[in-house]
This record gives sequence, C-alpha cells and structure tokens, in this order.
Amino acid sequence: MIGHAEKAAPFAANEKRAHWHDQALWFVRLKRDRQAESIPEWEELRQTASAIKAHTLSRIADYLEEFERNATNNRIQVHWACDAAEHNAIVHKILADRGITRLVKSKSMLTEECHLNPYLEARGIEVTDTDLGERIVQLRHEPPSHIVLPAIHLKKEDIGELFHKELGTQAGASDPKYLTEAARGHLRQKFMAAQAGLTGVNFAVAETGGFVVCTNEGNADMGTSLPRVHIACMGFEKLVPRSKDLAVFLRLLARSATGQPVTSYTTHFHGPVRGGELHIVIVDNGRSTILGQETFRRSLSCIRCGACMNTCPVFRRSGGYSYGYTIPGPIGSLLAPLRDPKNFASLPFASSLCGSCSDVCPVKIDLHHELYAFRQDMVRGKRVPLAKRLAMAGMSYVLAQTWAYRLAGGLMRGIVPRMPRALVYGPWNPWGRQRELPPMPRHSARGLIQRDLTQKGAK
Amino acid sequence: MPRVGLFIPCYIDQFYPQVGLASWRLLRRLGIEVEFPEEQTCCGQPMANSGCAECTRPLAEKFLRIFGKYDYVVAPSGSCVSMVRNHYAQWLSGREGFDHLRANTFELCEYLVDVARVSKIDGDFPCKVGLHMSCHGLRELRLARSSELMVKPFNKVRFLLGQLRGIEIVELTRPDECCGFGGTFAVNEEAVSCLMGRDRLADHERAGAEIITGFDTSCLMHLEGLIRREKKPLRVMHVAEILEQARLS
Repeated sequence: MIGHAEKAAPFAANEKRAHWHDQALWFVRLKRDRQAESIPEWEELRQTASAIKAHTLSRIADYLEEFERNATNNRIQVHWACDAAEHNAIVHKILADRGITRLVKSKSMLTEECHLNPYLEARGIEVTDTDLGERIVQLRHEPPSHIVLPAIHLKKEDIGELFHKELGTQAGASDPKYLTEAARGHLRQKFMAAQAGLTGVNFAVAETGGFVVCTNEGNADMGTSLPRVHIACMGFEKLVPRSKDLAVFLRLLARSATGQPVTSYTTHFHGPVRGGELHIVIVDNGRSTILGQETFRRSLSCIRCGACMNTCPVFRRSGGYSYGYTIPGPIGSLLAPLRDPKNFASLPFASSLCGSCSDVCPVKIDLHHELYAFRQDMVRGKRVPLAKRLAMAGMSYVLAQTWAYRLAGGLMRGIVPRMPRALVYGPWNPWGRQRELPPMPRHSARGLIQRDLTQKGAK
Repeated sequence: MPRVGLFIPCYIDQFYPQVGLASWRLLRRLGIEVEFPEEQTCCGQPMANSGCAECTRPLAEKFLRIFGKYDYVVAPSGSCVSMVRNHYAQWLSGREGFDHLRANTFELCEYLVDVARVSKIDGDFPCKVGLHMSCHGLRELRLARSSELMVKPFNKVRFLLGQLRGIEIVELTRPDECCGFGGTFAVNEEAVSCLMGRDRLADHERAGAEIITGFDTSCLMHLEGLIRREKKPLRVMHVAEILEQARLS
C-alpha cells in the first residue's frame, strides 16, 4: 500500500491550496484556544475526563452490562456486534424486516469505519447522509477527510459546482448561504420521506441506559423525530458510568472540536418516540484487541473531537486522505495500524512527534508517545524497509565506537565539500531536494574545546 | 563544586562546532567547571525515533557509562535531553546510576535557570530575534508553556535572552508550531517537512526577525538549509551562541 509520505507529497506540492487548508484548520485551533482559555479549570477538566475514561475502560464489561440492563428497561433494543460485518448485517436486518428502503443518517464515524453505506445501498436501501459536510462528500462519492469537518478539503467553489450538477443550483454560484439553503431544501425532502433514522452516539451512560448525540445542524433530531425507527450505532468505548460525567465531557467536546462552548443540539435519548422503536448497536470491531494492549489502550479514550487533526502541522499540510483511513491525523495514525499494521505501517511515521496533539487532546491521550512506541512495533514486525533498518544498524555501530564516529565524521567533513555539487545533490539525497546540507566545518566541537583548553593551559 | 559533564550532540560536534564551543565557554564564564568527556558520541535518538530499539541500546548504555559519574549532565539540545529523561528507561531501567542520570540531565537553558539559578546575564545583543521553541524542549521538557495548555505562561529560554540589553524578541503568529525537522521525518516526509519549515520562516520574516534562535540546533539546521537554498536574509544562531557573544561584547 502506498505510504503516507507519497500521498502527502502532491497535497503539499500545491502550496497555495495546502496553505488554505492549513489556515482553515488553524482558525479552528485558535477558536478552541479561546474557548479553553475561558474555562479556568480547563486542565483539571482534561485530567478528570482522562481519569473517567481510564476507569471506565478498566471495567468496561461491567459497565456495558449495566448499560444494557438500563437501556432495556427504557425499551431500547440492544444489539451486540463483534465486527463490521455483524454490525452491517444487524442494521440491514432491522431495516429489511420492516420493509424500510429509505434511511437518513446523521454523522457517525463508526458506520464509516464499517462501510455501512455501500453495504445497505447494495441491498436496495437509499442512504442519505444529512450532515451537510457528509452529504457533500457523499454526493462526490468520497469518504470524509476529517472526522468533524468532513468536507474541509473542499472550497465553496467546489461545492457550488457539485450542487449545480447534483441539486440544480445556478451554475457558478458559490455563495455559502445560497448553497446551504439549497442543501436544506434537498435534505428536507429526504427527511420527510425517510422511514428510519440512523445516528452515531457521542456518549452512552451506563447508569441511565440513555445516550447523547451532539450535532450543530439539528439533523440528528430531524432524522430521529420524523421516522418511527431510530437506530444508534456506537463503539463500546463511548460509554461513561454516570450522568454527571457528561458535565465533564460535554464541556470539553465542542470546545475542543470547533471552539464552540457547546454544540447547537445536544440531544439525550432515553427511549423510543411514541409508537416507535429505538435500537442501539454496540460494536467491538477490534476494540477489545486494542484494550488488551497496555501501550495503546489509551487510544480508546478518544471522544472523536478532531482537535488533534486541527492542531497537527502534518495533517494541515497533507490532508485527511493522505492517511488512507476513516480516522486520519494523529489518532488515526494509531487506530489504523492497530487494526491493520501491514497496510498502515507508514502512519506512525507520519508525524514529527511535535506533541501538539497530546497537549491539545481533551482526554489526554499521549498520542505522540504512542506513535513513538508504535514505530518499534513496526520495526520488530519488519514492516519498515530493510534498507532503512540496515542503515540504522550501521549508524548505530559507528556511533557506538568513539574512534569510528570520529573517523567517519572527519572523513565526511573532509570529502563532502570537495565533491561536485551534482553528486552531493542527486536524487538519492532527499534532504537536499529543497534544502542545503549543513556546513562541513574543518574542526569538530571537540577539536575546538580541546584547543580552548590547551590555550587556557598555556596562558 | 558539583561535577558537570557537557554532552555535545553528534550533529553539533560535526556540523556546528561553534555551538558546542559557545556552550562550553558560556558555562565556564558563568563559573561552572564543566568537563567534556572525550568518549561521547550520540544519545541514540535517530535510531530510537526510527523505531530501531535494539540499535539504540548500545548508545544508551554508552551514555550511562560516560555520564553516570557526573553530578549533572548539561546538553545544548532539548531533544537529546528528552531522550535521556523520557525514553532511556526502556533500556536502562534498574541499572545502577540511571535514576541519578535521568534526574540530573538538563538542557542548557533549563540548567542555567533551574539549577545554576542564573538570574542575570550581562551583555548586549541589539538585534531582532525570532525564538523558535523546538517541540521536544517545549513539550517534553516544559522549557515553556506550550500554547495548547491553559496554565500560567512561562518561558525559561526567553527569560535568559530577555536579560540582554538591546535584544528585541519578535512576536510570531504561531509561537510554537513545529518546524518540520522531526529527525528522520525530515527525509521520510521531505515534502511536508520542507513546507512546514518554509511556513515557519515566513512567520519569522513577517515578524521582522533578523536572526532565528533556538535551543535545538537540529531544527535550526533544517531551517538554515531552507534559508540558504532560498537565499533569505535570515540567519540562525543557537541560544548559547547569543548568550556567549553578548557577554563578550
């Protein structure tokens, strides 16, 4: 599989567009900073959130059973799926048994992860994503490029062109208000016609058996109020023990995600609409394997706010698609290879390990240290090219012997300045493609320090 | 008088000897009897960063052998110190002297501020300086508050530079964004790395910097590579060079 660097290079090469993408996401990061600043106990909130998640994951089985009992008492039908295939089959059966052919969805990264849309479409069900960004990428037959801002890679002109083709808006129109109105009219028809609504879950609460869905567009509320059947899909790590834990997480989520104090709609579901049905599908799909790995289990604390993407200097300049996985950015660079180390071997290396992600993360996942640790797994599993491993072994040998290190350094500083430029800056030198090599001075630092000492001694 | 060992990272030793010398002289002039053990080479970070744990082990062991005997170890590099403090445990945990080494290895500015308690540096440096806060010193050693954290602002490097007469530290739009060096990242992800570096340079230029300084020569080496290729009117200097030059003037 093509690695991150190869997919990132063309994105970065279009410097103007890469800068635009960078600025758009940096703007969100700044909004987040302003919101976080306004909360004196921000760092305490992060610490508390982190501790709640660690605790919940340490006894997740108990909490899941508690949730199931309480949800069942709320007349919510609980389904368990061990993997994506089972999840898709469960959702399809619920729809098929009721003869449902039109489904509206609000944002759910889990269903992206399970590739639910193509599965249902292949079985004759019309699936409409109703989050505006998601609808845009759905019409383009693309996956989202960001978990909170699915169409952040597109400019309003791109959307104007798409809507002209798909929704019949005026050619060349790119006014955001006009385009949004058009999307609203189009989606309204889909809502009215839908027979079932599917949502994700931001938080499920063990003690109440209820769950919370956060959106800004109210699309989840439309999609669950009009049709009689509501299906909610969640990875099992979305659980928190108590209602009052929401007071911690809801304060962190929107501030971290988009720099809003709270999402426009925060809907608590505690049972089906009158005369309707509410199903919840709880999915493992590799999560329990991650839970069993001490080094990486903290990645399950993720509340999918996307702050690590907005702050990541690499993501902003390489785009979501360069990661090749449903969840991109720093957290995706862990989750993707945890699921499939062979195909995503390059992702732990798609980071300068600057650590901004770890400091911005509202649940304090030690993202960059986990990426650092993951690199060792990749080398142990021989998923790093042999040439690179041999180069490192050679380098280690030289650096471990002081005489060899001094000799090699002296030779390099003596020879490189005498070599023809074309030979030094050939295609085999990726450092030198856009950069000059460091200066090759005559003396090493140890030489200069020795001289300093001798001169002092002579005085 | 404590025994202080100076660790000069391999790329400083080979490519930026003036940074090593400036660190050495600065410490001596401040009355610190620093020693330079000759057997030292590299902390092992390039290998560790590449995931090659077994290739890192001999270098971690070598470092402990050489520097274990000192009361303090000082290095003009945030990332090498972070290697010792945050990553060496994997290879050296439980070894005799390792806990002492880990607790007493300091980045140069950190040592001056926190251990030597230098509160006044006399000297002139009438230049506009952009301060590059390299990530490992910033977020692994906490030499300053990172912009993500909502705690009281502080900056040990800026505190030292701020002592100098005439210096103007320019205000950047993004005070602590990564320059894109990242060790082997600089070559593995060459395209993104260079774009990150150019964006940093643009920020410093906009702010009116004449000199970009920092406490990690590796980042400065990457930025200087871009500056020299594009012939920009900027130059890079390690903090130690500025402090040492200012004291001389």
